Amino acid sequence: MALEQTHVRRAAHLARLDISDDQASGFVDDLSQILDMVDQLQSVDTEGVAPLLHPLDATQRLRADEVTEPNQRESFQRCAPAVDDGLYLVPRVVE
Amino acid sequence: MSDHTLTSLAAALKNGDASSRELTTDYLKRIERAEPTLNSFISVTAEQALASADAADKSRARGHAGYLTGVPLALKDIFCTQGVKTSCGSKMLDNFIAPYSATVVEKLDAAGSVSLGKTNMDEFAMGSSNESSYYGAVKNPWDLSAVPGGSSGGSAAAVAAGLAPASLGTDTGGSIRQPAAFCGITGLKPTYGRVSRYGIIAYASSLDQAGPMARTAEDCAHLLSAIAGHDVRDSTSAARCVPDYASELGAPLAGLKIGLPREYFGDGLAPAVESAVRDAVKVFETLGATVCDVSLPHTRYANAAYYVIAPAEASSNLSRFDGVRFGHRCDDPEDLLDLYMRSRAEGFGEEVKRRILIGTHTLSEGFFDAYYTKAQRVRRLIRQDFLDAFDEVDVLMGPASPTPAFDLGAQKDPVSMYLQDIYTIAINLAGIPGISVPAGFSGGRPVGLQILGSHFAEAQLLNVAHQYQQVTDWHQQRPAFAKEID
Amino acid sequence: MQWETVIGLEVHVQLATRSKIFSGASTAFGADANTQACAVDLGLPGTLPVLNEQAVAMAVQFGLGINADIAETSVFDRKNYFYADLPKGYQTSQMYHPIVGPGEVEVSLDNDVTKRIRIHHAHLEEDAGKSLHEQFTDETGRDMTGIDLNRAGTPLLEIVSEPDMRSAKEASAYLRAIHAIVTYLGISDGNMAEGSMRCDVNVSVRPKGQAEFGTRAEIKNVNSFRFVEQSIAYEVERQIELIEDGGAVVQETRLFDPDNDETRSMRTKEEANDYRYFPCPDLLPIVLDQAYIDHLRDNLPELPAAKRERFESKLGLSTYDASVIAASRDMADYFEEAMRVCGDAKQAANWVQGELSAALKREHLAVSQSPVSARQLGELIGRVLDDTISGKAAKQVFQALWDGQGENADEIIDTKGLKQVTDTGAIEAMIDEVIAQSPKQVTQYVEAEPEKRGKMIGYFVGQVMKTSRGTASPQQVNQLLKEKLDALV
Repeated sequence: MALEQTHVRRAAHLARLDISDDQASGFVDDLSQILDMVDQLQSVDTEGVAPLLHPLDATQRLRADEVTEPNQRESFQRCAPAVDDGLYLVPRVVE
Repeated sequence: MSDHTLTSLAAALKNGDASSRELTTDYLKRIERAEPTLNSFISVTAEQALASADAADKSRARGHAGYLTGVPLALKDIFCTQGVKTSCGSKMLDNFIAPYSATVVEKLDAAGSVSLGKTNMDEFAMGSSNESSYYGAVKNPWDLSAVPGGSSGGSAAAVAAGLAPASLGTDTGGSIRQPAAFCGITGLKPTYGRVSRYGIIAYASSLDQAGPMARTAEDCAHLLSAIAGHDVRDSTSAARCVPDYASELGAPLAGLKIGLPREYFGDGLAPAVESAVRDAVKVFETLGATVCDVSLPHTRYANAAYYVIAPAEASSNLSRFDGVRFGHRCDDPEDLLDLYMRSRAEGFGEEVKRRILIGTHTLSEGFFDAYYTKAQRVRRLIRQDFLDAFDEVDVLMGPASPTPAFDLGAQKDPVSMYLQDIYTIAINLAGIPGISVPAGFSGGRPVGLQILGSHFAEAQLLNVAHQYQQVTDWHQQRPAFAKEID
Repeated sequence: MQWETVIGLEVHVQLATRSKIFSGASTAFGADANTQACAVDLGLPGTLPVLNEQAVAMAVQFGLGINADIAETSVFDRKNYFYADLPKGYQTSQMYHPIVGPGEVEVSLDNDVTKRIRIHHAHLEEDAGKSLHEQFTDETGRDMTGIDLNRAGTPLLEIVSEPDMRSAKEASAYLRAIHAIVTYLGISDGNMAEGSMRCDVNVSVRPKGQAEFGTRAEIKNVNSFRFVEQSIAYEVERQIELIEDGGAVVQETRLFDPDNDETRSMRTKEEANDYRYFPCPDLLPIVLDQAYIDHLRDNLPELPAAKRERFESKLGLSTYDASVIAASRDMADYFEEAMRVCGDAKQAANWVQGELSAALKREHLAVSQSPVSARQLGELIGRVLDDTISGKAAKQVFQALWDGQGENADEIIDTKGLKQVTDTGAIEAMIDEVIAQSPKQVTQYVEAEPEKRGKMIGYFVGQVMKTSRGTASPQQVNQLLKEKLDALV
């Protein structure tokens, strides 16, 4: 599956990465090489083979419905770029 | 100092031959002398280390001491450590002082060990040479023109240079075993789920696993006992009890069945590495093991599957770095989109962007089944190869890496870098444990033997490695650099 | 042309767990911003989700309540997109293997008609935070939005219907039915004003008789029964006009603006969203065994449809009363308690539907907030049934209870002296007094045509009741008056 600049641009937008045109063409080359390697997968016969998500065949454990987390806002917001009155600030979002 | 193992330091502390403060002070001095050259630490936490050392000495004096009480260690900068910068080797988190500690960090704190600091690593653990770190490349103590391997390159180099007796790393596709091999130390990637991932900054959630890096298998055994176990905060951690790994190191190897996967001795394997590995296998035969060839036919597709699955998970895991609640934020964002686009473009390095883009692309509409679902199917076949092999043999042996450490800057394009992990990646996909042990040298650079076991066979792997280290001295070799800073 | 409306609903129900779906932070409403957003909710690096057992149990209970298949294995997926109030850059949801499979609900429409609406599936997911567009500015004075992540990670059950509804009325009836089921099950408080239940409405129109569906528009985040009806009514009209004018409906997301009673296209840059769903690697498959499901089934409360049926067939309520009372668990519980205390279902239903409902409506109260408890009402009804008080006096007692003037009906009856007088002598004395004071009316009565006297007696009854301050038994007053007046003729 040949990779084109539009694919890279689209992925960059979905992933919210600002990339220049120069960078984009560099990524097209790199990603094409990687996808060429990845395309080896297509030669494997996987008829009837279920996808494997986790290496162990374990199932989800459930936690009791209990409140265990105290308020740590002050500590958590110490590493925040912009807060006011306990809220995280971002540029005005228009809905 | 560079001669000391974790085991010998624990004994010295126990016998009162040394205090934790003395040991900690000595290691901090070595770090100070070595770092301008080696660059193996991102943060050295001298003050906290001395405070923990004093606390450890006090509790030992009161008779409250465990095996690790007062033992200095180094942690890869991927483990969240409360009150300490946790950068994951990225500009994105250069300003991130973790507000909580990873479960393994809490366990080590509870065991009374002393953290000397946070070691350098490839950015977000993506790399095989430690060259993708925002904080610059780490040098290999055996040869300063060589890479230490990656992504836990700082941890490996620090142990090899005697800047810490042992360290913790993480391994998603070989990130403990390959740098351990490159730096001539012992490194264990446990079974997926053996060690809690809570508080370890995620690269690829279904592959990541933390493990010990030290000079000997015995040291690794002590460290693994301290960090392993079920964690209620990690749904994927295994609810199994943890053996005292060190107490299971005495078993003789007579009758041990070793399989040599044909696919691990093919094209691209450096002859010197192959002969070192084959020599090591002969040593096991003298210890009473039997050897046969086995086949892992889907191993050749492991890299292809890995470079779909790992970037896909990474692309999603790294979305939380958006400049809103923590981490790097660009100056003067015009709007929310601009805030995201520039914060992430500025905060992430090339390799991270590359993997985010690959992962985003392969998950996107029209490609998902052909890439992601297909890769997960192949992943099952890869795991099945191992399960079949372990029906026939007890352990598998092969090289940890096709070559010894390469020169800094030698790998120019991403795919040739990715091929460095050709012998380690399948192990993560299958979730089995693997250990790399020093097994010789090539051109003055260490060679690692990789030993693989079935799920949760860490005790066996450690014992096999330990028996080998009883009759060989590769692991006792010290780089000249380590002696220079004595 | 005759048009047919086709509607499907996606209802998001906040589950009434104490803690969040993947963390131990509290879900309580109304806390200070970000004080209930823990490390996991904030998506701090390295944090991991662990699933809340109660969220799973509630989802299964809902599934059982709509006779759905419960998935033996269900899986969480990540829905990837960036938004300011979405901390991890993905929402953990269930795309491919939801916990609740196909089921159906019965909804009551006007004229005692019921209709079955099929449910495609229901899945668990986490809620996002909230964006607050108040007066925040950065240091350069630029307008900013504040993000509160207290709600992030609150468990949601998203219930997706088939496109089975054909009118705004059906859609709101369906929403009411869902509301009734989740509140009956106690898996949600159903408080729409606080956002505990929100819905997305898919609307399309097609010429009557056409088999394939028209292009649909999705109206996002409609949060009241009334708005569901209004937004559909507007949207249907818009789509029909558009098509009749030669245009075509575009598949898009629209917002309902209740102030202007219209839907508006959301200004999205034309980037079709690509959510890149994939199984969440931090969570393992949820596997439920049959014993667990059976246990929940055995402990399921009686649901609205069954209750309505029982009220009708066993208690003899009218279809209308049965369905109105059964529509709300609180109302049904209130009714059943009042009935238990007074022992008369019909009287209890009359009071609940009459006096009580009117009073609640007047003061904008929910039945759970009623100042008159079900026991108090039951006792009051009992006093009417045993002739202690008249129906009229009972209304006075009800009002007094409502106003908090006494602990129970008996106390108020005592203090107000409302006990019905049934002593014939006493009543006769009052009648004699009234007759003595009303010579003009007595003369008129005597002189009237016999068939008109029946009406005229009303005046005397009124006077006697007034004299007795409402305590005389009206039946007795009537009878005795008639005897006495007729004796004068």
